[in-house]
Amino acid sequence: MSILRLENVTKKYKDQVAVDNISFEVKRGTIFGMLGPNGAGKTSTIRIITTITGPDSGTVFFENEILNHTHPSRMGYLPEERGLYKKMKVGDHLIYLARLKGLSAHDAATKCKIMLDRFDALDWWNKKVEELSKGMQQKIQFIATIVHEPVLLILDEPFTGLDPINTSMIQDEIFRLKNQGVTILFSTHRMEQVEEMCEDIILINHGKNVLLGNVQEIRNTYKENLYEVGFKGSLPQQFNGGLELVKQFDHTAVFRIPDQDTPNHLLQYLMQSGCEIQSFREILPSINEIFIRQVKGISHE
Amino acid sequence: MNSKVWIVAKREYLTRVQKKSFILVTLITPIALAVFFGLMGFIMNAGSKSDQRIVIKDDTGIIQQMAAADKSFPYEFSDSNIQKLKEDYQSQGYDLLIYIPPLRDSSTMSISASYYSKEKPSLSMLETIESHLADQIETFRMHRSNIDQHLLDSFKARVNLENGAMDPNNPGNSPVVGKLNIIIGTALGFIMGFMMYLVIFIYGSMVMRSVMEEKLSRIVEVMVSSVRPINLMMGKLIGVGGVGLTQLALWAVLIPVVLTIVSAFMPGVDPSQMSHVGNVSQVNEASFDNFSFHQVMVALWNLKWWLIIPVFIIFFLGGYFIYSSMFAAIGSAINEDMGEGQQLMLPIVIIVLCAFYMLFPVLSNPNGSLAVFASLFPLFSPIIMPARLAFDPPWWQIVLSIVIMLSTVWFFIWLTSRIYRVGILMYGKKATIREMFKWIRYSD
Repeated sequence: MSILRLENVTKKYKDQVAVDNISFEVKRGTIFGMLGPNGAGKTSTIRIITTITGPDSGTVFFENEILNHTHPSRMGYLPEERGLYKKMKVGDHLIYLARLKGLSAHDAATKCKIMLDRFDALDWWNKKVEELSKGMQQKIQFIATIVHEPVLLILDEPFTGLDPINTSMIQDEIFRLKNQGVTILFSTHRMEQVEEMCEDIILINHGKNVLLGNVQEIRNTYKENLYEVGFKGSLPQQFNGGLELVKQFDHTAVFRIPDQDTPNHLLQYLMQSGCEIQSFREILPSINEIFIRQVKGISHE
Repeated sequence: MNSKVWIVAKREYLTRVQKKSFILVTLITPIALAVFFGLMGFIMNAGSKSDQRIVIKDDTGIIQQMAAADKSFPYEFSDSNIQKLKEDYQSQGYDLLIYIPPLRDSSTMSISASYYSKEKPSLSMLETIESHLADQIETFRMHRSNIDQHLLDSFKARVNLENGAMDPNNPGNSPVVGKLNIIIGTALGFIMGFMMYLVIFIYGSMVMRSVMEEKLSRIVEVMVSSVRPINLMMGKLIGVGGVGLTQLALWAVLIPVVLTIVSAFMPGVDPSQMSHVGNVSQVNEASFDNFSFHQVMVALWNLKWWLIIPVFIIFFLGGYFIYSSMFAAIGSAINEDMGEGQQLMLPIVIIVLCAFYMLFPVLSNPNGSLAVFASLFPLFSPIIMPARLAFDPPWWQIVLSIVIMLSTVWFFIWLTSRIYRVGILMYGKKATIREMFKWIRYSD
C-alpha cells in the first residue's frame, strides 16, 4: 500500500542533473527518510513531489493517481527555508495558509484555534509574527504545515535551526501523527536521526539513488560480522578458524568472524581460553558509515 | 478564476489598505497638493507686486505732467536737486532713484535715463519701469499730434481661430467654449498621462518590493506548495491594483474638496491661478484669463465623463498589469541587493519615460499619426490613450487600443509568470536579463 511512488524521475537544471532517475515508494503510515549531503537533490525531489516543479521525465503517483495540482492540498509541506509574513497576526496567518490549502473560512478558524491550543499557544492569536521569538515562529510554521490534516507530511530538514525543546517537540509530533495514520517523508543530512525514526530510507548523492530500503535490512546487509566483547582477564594470544581481532581497548575487544561462522563459536573460543565475558553485542554499521562507504565506493569507480 | 487567487488578492489588498502609511499618504497627498498650489499662488502674487519704493527726478517735465493725469502710475516724483537726491534718496525711504535728463530733441526715439540703487534691481523690474516711462511719453506725443486714444484703439484687430464644426449635440456651445475645450482637454490629457506614469512606478515598485520581500523571507517557499506561482502572482497583482484603484478613487473625491476649501480660505489664490500651476504644457497663462470661471465649469461639465472615466480605468488597469507584471518578474529575480533591481528596471524606466515625453507632441497634435501610433502600441497606449480621450479620438482607435492592450496584458502575465516561478526559488545568484529570458523556456 503505497501512498507515494516515484518512477524514474529526472530533473535537469541548466548545467546539472539535480535528480537523476530516482524511483522509490513510500508506504502508507510509515516514516520515510530521505538522506544525503547538502546539494544531493533532496529539495529538488521534494519540490517535484509537492508539484512546485515538474519532472523532466518520469512519473509520480500520489495515492495511485498521477500527481496533479489538486494533490498538494492533501500534503503538508515544511520547506527547509521557511518564513512567515512578519507583520501578520498569528491567527490571521494560520487561517490564511489553511484557506490556501482549501479549508473554508469557518473550518480554518476553528481548526487553527484548536491546533494553537494543543500547542499551548492560543494566547499568541492576536500577536504579530515579528513579536514572537524564533522558536515560537518555528512552532507556528509547524502548526501551519499540519493544520489542514494532511495525509502526507513532507518535512525538508525539519530539525535544522531548532532548539532542543522544539526538536523533541517535533519528533513527538511526528510519532503522534504517524500513530494517527499520517505518512511522513522527511529529508535530513543528519543520519543518526534516521536510525531512530525511519522505517525506510533512500540515500541520494549527486541526484542519484545510492541506497534504498528498510533501515534494519540495510544495516544487516551491510554488516561486517563485527562483535563487541566486554571481558575480564586476558585475551588469548592467537586466534584460529578465521577469527580476527579488529581492535582492543581496555576490557573491550571487537572481533570479526568469518561469514559462515556463528557468534557462538567466538564465545566458546573465548570462554575456553579463560576469558570472563561481561557483555556481548553485534555491531551493526550506522547509516552514516554505510553512506560514506557507498559514496566513496561510487567515487572510486 | 481560481479561488486561491482571490484569497491571496484579498490578503494583499487588506494588509495594504489597513496600513497606517496608506491612510496617511491618501489623506496627506490632497492636503500637500493644496498647500503646494496655495504656496505657488502666493509666490506668484508676491512676485508680481513690487514692494520697492521708487522716486523719479524728471528734468523733461513731460512724464511728471502726464503721470499726474494717470492714476495707475505707481511711482513718486521729487523736485529736489539731483545731486542732493543722489545723496539722500535712501534716507527719504526710497529704494531706487530714476533720473531723466532734459530732452534735446522732443521727438527723439530713444531716451536714456539713469537709475541709482544700492542693491541691484531685477531685470523685470527695470523693464516694468521702462515701459511705464515709455507709456507716458507715447501718450504725451499722441496728445501733441492730436491723436485720440479711442481712434488708436479702433485700429487694433484681434483674430481668434475657432473650430468651425461645433458639436451639434451641444447647442450651448459657443465658439469661445470650443477653444476652451481644447485647453481643458490638453490639461486633462496631461494630468491623466502623468497620473498613469506615476501609477506605473508607484504601484509597480510596490509589487516589486513585495515579491522581493516574500522571496527573502522565504515565505514564498511555504506559499508555492499551496498556490501555483502564477496564481500567487496574479493574486498579488490584483490586490495591489485594487489598492491603487482605491487610492485614486479617494483622491478623485478628496483633492477637489480640499482644493475648494483651501481656495476659499486662502486670500489671493483664485482658481485660474491654480490652473496655470497645473498646466505645464502648451496652455499659456493668458489664454485662461479670457474665460470666466463659469465657462470653465460648463466646459468641464460638458466633457464626456461617462466615456472618459471608464476608459481611463480600463487603461489604468491595463497599464498597471503590463508594467507591474514586469516589476514582479524583476522582484523575483533579485536578492538582497536593491541595486540589482535598479539595473533590471532600467529598460522599463526608459520605455515609460519615452511614453511620458511623447505626451507633449501628442497633446499638441492629438489626432496626428504619432498620436495614433502611440495610442495603439501597447507599451505606450496606457499613458497616451487616456491623454487623448478629451479630444474625442475615433471609436475604432479606442476599441482597437483596448483590444491590443488586453492581449498584451495576457501575454505579459504569461511571460512574466514563467520568469517569476523560477526566480522566487532561485537564491544567491545574480540574475541577468538574458538569464531571465532563459527561465521563460524552462519546463514546469
